[in-house]
Amino acid sequence: MSFFENIGQYILFLKRVVSKPEKGRVFFAQIIKEIYKLGVNSVGIVVIISVFMGAVISLQTAYNLVNPLLPDYLVGYTTRESMILEFSSTIVGLILAGKVGSNIASEIGSMRVTEQIDALEIMGINSASYLIFPKIIAAVFINPFLYVLSVFVGITGGLMASYMAGTVSVPDFIYGVQVDLIPYYIIYSLIKTLVFAFIITSVPSFYGYYVSGGALEVGKASTKAVVNSSILILLANLILTQLLLK
Amino acid sequence: MITLKNINKSFGELDVLNDISIQFEAGKTNLIIGQSGSGKTVLLKSIIGLLDVDTGYIYYDDRDFTNMNFKDKKEIRKEMGMVFQGGALFDSLSVEENVKFPLDMFSAMSEDEKKERVSFCLDRVDIKKAHKLYPAEISGGMQKRVAIARAIALNPRYLFCDEPNSGLDPVTAIVIDQLIQEITKEYNMTTIINTHDMNSVMEIGEKILFINKGVKAWEGCSDEIFDTENQALNNFVFASNLFKKIKSKL
Ligand SMILES: Nc1ncnc2c1ncn2[C@@H]1O[C@H](COP(=O)(O)OP(=O)(O)O)[C@@H](O)[C@H]1O
Ligand SMILES: [Mg+2]
Repeated sequence: MSFFENIGQYILFLKRVVSKPEKGRVFFAQIIKEIYKLGVNSVGIVVIISVFMGAVISLQTAYNLVNPLLPDYLVGYTTRESMILEFSSTIVGLILAGKVGSNIASEIGSMRVTEQIDALEIMGINSASYLIFPKIIAAVFINPFLYVLSVFVGITGGLMASYMAGTVSVPDFIYGVQVDLIPYYIIYSLIKTLVFAFIITSVPSFYGYYVSGGALEVGKASTKAVVNSSILILLANLILTQLLLK
Repeated sequence: MITLKNINKSFGELDVLNDISIQFEAGKTNLIIGQSGSGKTVLLKSIIGLLDVDTGYIYYDDRDFTNMNFKDKKEIRKEMGMVFQGGALFDSLSVEENVKFPLDMFSAMSEDEKKERVSFCLDRVDIKKAHKLYPAEISGGMQKRVAIARAIALNPRYLFCDEPNSGLDPVTAIVIDQLIQEITKEYNMTTIINTHDMNSVMEIGEKILFINKGVKAWEGCSDEIFDTENQALNNFVFASNLFKKIKSKL
């Protein structure tokens, strides 16, 4: 399939996904389930990578601050800015594209090849909407919380590393974390997080939904889903940064 | 009753179905038989509207399904039950949740009524103790039975089964066949079954459509199938040594 056919099909697919749910109560229950599956189950990985990244950023900054004119609090400041601007939105987005994306693509893909999607359709259910809309809503809802968690944990990681390695004092670090905070940067990153959440759920769903064949094709679709949603995240990052920070 | 009139279906260059017309009757087990790749699944999926036909008409009793708008199609879908080749149970739901699913989506029943209906359907297919298990935890034969229970949950008028006993041992296969036939009679459903299994043909072939390379090659019932002059059908029926031997002894 050519690139443009793919885009056309993706847009038609989204139109099917975003339609009125069959039963409100069932839909709501689905969303709760997906929040748990996509959000709560990702807390662990987000915490682990954020703590390590925060720690590494603080150490790198400290070891690069050789000029005595530069104040120590820059370590805390840099850690915070890196987490807020780029790490907790884009890098976490990329990692979730791997974890959540492959999970969604293989779940939907295996439902396709085992005819579970046909089973929904024959009942008169819009399978695309039933299976995928709740995932998108759940991720768009929960990922901002993951973002905030990542920022918080990352800064804590940076603080702990600084303290343990003795690079800068705790009060200096904390002062750096508080200094010159621009709230708009958080809004900018939250907007990115929302867009990434949409990409991470809708793109893998798309690849899973149109699988045909067997287990092998499901695996291939899952790989494609992760690669393409990662590329889309990087692209969206570039565009949103130009639009929002100009 | 389901009527097909001049059904044609192709995928690009590949002509899969060619001018198929037939009438499937209510209260009978209607079979579509033919070799693997002859177009049985495509025909069944066209009948239920999972695939669009290129030309031709499909009537559900007197209702023209082919030219129906989306909303009316959806209403008819609620009268259909389908048992897929692999069962197609939802693997994130337990056995009883699978059977309850169509009730949750489409019935106005209370929780108690739904529970009652679920046990009734599972009893009917002889599932006794597996209510809380998940599809991956039960045998292929049980999966098929649960799939039948799910298909009949909403009391359908039309039942479709794609190779309901593929992958099952001969004894279990016959149990499934008989179950489908009993249910068909009980509720006077129009049942259409895809199969390439000669045991099923003999057991429940009340009306048989034989398709060969996408063309209707023969129509009849199991009693007539042994005496046919049709070469393609003979090749299909007497493919195995077992049936060759039986024929030579007749
Ligand atoms: N979605 C599809 N796209 C293209 N060709 C298909 C599709 N589905 C089935 N076919 C082809 O149609 C023919 C009939 O297939 P099928 O109906 O599955 O046979 P069977 O009688 O074994 O059920 C086969 O040649 C198959 O390759
Ligand atoms: Mg088939």
